[in-house]
Amino acid sequence: MISHIPPAWIPILGALVVPFLKGRGRTAYVLLLPVLGLANLVHLSGQPAGDLLGVGFLDYHLQLLHVDRLSLVFGYAFHVAMFVTLLYGARDDRASGTVAGLVYAGSSLGVVFSGDWVSLFGYWELMALSSSVLIWGRRTPRAYAAGVRYFLVHAVSGLLILFGILLLARDTGDIAVAKLELDNAGTYLIFVGVGINCAWPGLHAWLTDAYPEATITGTVFLSAFTTKTAVYLLARVFPGADPLIWIGAAMAAFPIFYAVIENDLRRVLSYSLINQVGFMVVGVGIGTELAINGAVAHAVADIIFKGLLFMAMGAVLRQTGKIDATDLGGLYKTMPWTAAFCMVGAASISAFPLFSAFATKSMIVSAAGLEGMAGVWFILMFASAGVFHHAGIKIPFFAFFSHDSGLRPKEAPRNMLWAMGIAAGLCILIGVFPGPLYGLLPYDVTYHPYTAPHILGQLQLLFFSALAFTLLMLSGVYPPEIRAVNVDVDWLYRKAGVAAWRPLARLGAAFGAWWHDAVAGPSLDTLVAFSRNPMAATRLAWTAVQLRFATGEEARILRSRLHRRRRLFPEDSARPWPIGFAVTWIVAFLFVYLVLYYFKDARPG
Amino acid sequence: MRDGKQHLFDRPENVNRLIRGLYIACGVLLVAGLFVPGHGEFPWESAPEFFAAYGLVSCIVLVLAAKHILRRIVSRDERYYD
Repeated sequence: MISHIPPAWIPILGALVVPFLKGRGRTAYVLLLPVLGLANLVHLSGQPAGDLLGVGFLDYHLQLLHVDRLSLVFGYAFHVAMFVTLLYGARDDRASGTVAGLVYAGSSLGVVFSGDWVSLFGYWELMALSSSVLIWGRRTPRAYAAGVRYFLVHAVSGLLILFGILLLARDTGDIAVAKLELDNAGTYLIFVGVGINCAWPGLHAWLTDAYPEATITGTVFLSAFTTKTAVYLLARVFPGADPLIWIGAAMAAFPIFYAVIENDLRRVLSYSLINQVGFMVVGVGIGTELAINGAVAHAVADIIFKGLLFMAMGAVLRQTGKIDATDLGGLYKTMPWTAAFCMVGAASISAFPLFSAFATKSMIVSAAGLEGMAGVWFILMFASAGVFHHAGIKIPFFAFFSHDSGLRPKEAPRNMLWAMGIAAGLCILIGVFPGPLYGLLPYDVTYHPYTAPHILGQLQLLFFSALAFTLLMLSGVYPPEIRAVNVDVDWLYRKAGVAAWRPLARLGAAFGAWWHDAVAGPSLDTLVAFSRNPMAATRLAWTAVQLRFATGEEARILRSRLHRRRRLFPEDSARPWPIGFAVTWIVAFLFVYLVLYYFKDARPG
Repeated sequence: MRDGKQHLFDRPENVNRLIRGLYIACGVLLVAGLFVPGHGEFPWESAPEFFAAYGLVSCIVLVLAAKHILRRIVSRDERYYD
């Protein structure tokens, strides 16, 4: 009898029924799943923290349900994201998309609540597979190619983690998911494998490559789970790991430059997603209670406001068929609700007072300050100004205002507006009353975001960033949006790799042709001829050998015999053989078998 | 206007009002900065108007660097990968 249900099971098993449902029935059913899941989480939160469901597997003990404050807070946020995204996609999504979304959300919950590395790895792979379906679901050649690249990158991440787990199990015999020190190959493999999913600089291109190519709802799903699951795992396994501080700082800084010049607005959001995850990674790297709390709180806030921004841009894409800044503008006239919700998301990601990131991101920045990390602090401040610039201003400005594109699309359908409205409400709720979120964090919170210097400093930073944008716009210095592709590190495998591969492929093709003409083809022909009558062929060959060494009259006879046998070949292959001949062969085979049997246990050394 | 309706920002005076509002807000924040005591983990956080200056300068640096350096290096034709 199972006393507690692992949160992953509800959406994953629940997804199996979805293909048999249609219309409103399906919508009601899928929306019920996250509600049930949330009720289950509330039940689990009342249990003593620790491993609640163990099963034996080979020589190991699997912990299918590890519950503590860290896993619970991610669990709550994932359920909210699941509910909002399912509502958002209720009208348009094919059953395959809904199933993939549910399995993806469920396997992310599986990673968060797994108490051992073996179950965690299974869910990790299921995440990679189900999320790829969300990209392929767009059904365009570009989406297909991007999805394949995405899947391959995550397959590598899975392999690194698998090898890491194997080394860990061999060295320690312990497969519990717990804090690891970066002091051996196994833990480094896990570290980098998680880093791929976390979109560390240089390992990030899968994200900006694939997210903008996914389905409208798919991108909203993707923005919530993969990177945040990685942040969760870093917080669980590598809190306070020093390299994370500078990795995170680089993540926070470099994408904003790309975001300024990028034309595809969903790709702009993908870069800003990396930038926000950078803050969380810094927080995990600093590793103090305040920093970890900040990283977790900011992950929760980001799941909601980044989902909201992707929902708003998805609605624009759905209603206009366009997503490039060069094609959009002036949509506030006919899509005022979407515009308003988008601006709430923009204010939240920018950390305006009364919006969510003001209460969450600032914990990380403060933690860096308290540890005296001046360099990191300056980078995070720069990234804060930059995120307002590209996500806070650029996204709403180019989509809904800017020059009038002449597009007059209808407002997004009601289910999408509700989904965005709920997310926007939560962004404001967290911003105005951060207390309940603080109460869910792994450590007790003594942090107060609403102090006069903090509010004023943040307002100055943001308003003068806006001033910079305005002055640059009015003076014409701001770079105009242009239709272009901006190459990133995926260039290495999309161009350089292909270019390097081409001569190798040519060499391989040449070798293959030679092999076929000179070796495989002739030997195959010989083999075919031989098999038509092995006995006659053997005799033919024997005659040819004899002829080599014969002279005079003997040679003449052999030559005519060879000629005759060639002409007759393959003769009558069904010629009856005497019994004695067959017995001789059988004896010979038995002898060979005996010899082999005698030596079978012999080993060198 | 293509649909015949006048919308909020179709009128240039409304755009100008918004921009003027931004200038005034910036001015108010600068004045407020003189009265609210700075406080933070680092000494420069207490310097008057530090955050205003940092926000303005970082955004200008960000845009100029993205435009003149990054775009030169990474920008390709739209069908570069196709």
